[in-house]
Amino acid sequence: MKNDKHPHISSYNQHITVLLVLLILTFITVAVSGLHFSTFSVGVALIIASVKGATVLTYFMHLKYESLFLKLIVAGVFLVYALVIVLTFTDYLLR
Amino acid sequence: MSTHPTHNEHHDPEGSKIGMWLFIFTELFLFGGLFLVYAVFRNKYSAEFHHAAEELNAFIGTMNTVVLLVSSMTVAMSVTAIQKGNSKKAIGLLILTVLAALIFMVNKYFEWSHKFEFNLYPGSDVVKGLDHGEILFYGLYYMMTGLHALHVLIGLVLLIIVIVRLKSGRITKDHYSLHENSGLYWHLVDLIWIFLFPLLYLIT
Repeated sequence: MKNDKHPHISSYNQHITVLLVLLILTFITVAVSGLHFSTFSVGVALIIASVKGATVLTYFMHLKYESLFLKLIVAGVFLVYALVIVLTFTDYLLR
Repeated sequence: MSTHPTHNEHHDPEGSKIGMWLFIFTELFLFGGLFLVYAVFRNKYSAEFHHAAEELNAFIGTMNTVVLLVSSMTVAMSVTAIQKGNSKKAIGLLILTVLAALIFMVNKYFEWSHKFEFNLYPGSDVVKGLDHGEILFYGLYYMMTGLHALHVLIGLVLLIIVIVRLKSGRITKDHYSLHENSGLYWHLVDLIWIFLFPLLYLIT
């Protein structure tokens, strides 16, 4: 495997950029929560958290540069995860 | 192992990385169950959750978020450093990460002990006198942040082991699986906190 001999090395600058993006998103979440949108702000908070989570997975956890196999199993697990939560919660709501 | 040339150590970085990811999946479902319980009770007792969450210190929560995000970056940088063969730099960056983990735990200590002073802990007389929804909120708050803090401590131990092995030269440019996988574990700790923080501290 050629990839094993020469793994992709993320640059220091990329890590700094990713951190800045994550910090900006954190401050947006904190600012939005102060605006008292009630139910709407839960959605915004969760969307921002998901973007932050995806950023951590893609760059810090290096998934962008991993094999297609690893990408697919991670995507598959998150799909199952979302389905379990959505289906169970829907079941609860419709009782 | 020059005396036993046939007993070569087995190295499979790709395999151990996949193993680490499988473990991370089980961790995600562990916290996923708690997030589901949270979603159901928050839906049922939204007013009580709102009221109880105002007792939480959003400033400490925000500070700890920043601390964890920075520590995630230093871990990622230390992996870059070892991949480039610079183990001194990798050790330095990991020491920064360990310091960040300690700052996180000290903040958590102050946060929790402040609540304990007001007898706000599961099973206390004050908490027993609260509304049902508020009792559930505090139960979930202590369970979720407590389980997360346990992961911070485990991550801390792993990072210290990596530092020791970097110093003794057992983790090198060519064999850094333990370093990389401990980094993945630390990012998982960060990933979980990214969701815990807005759900517990920023309810409005």
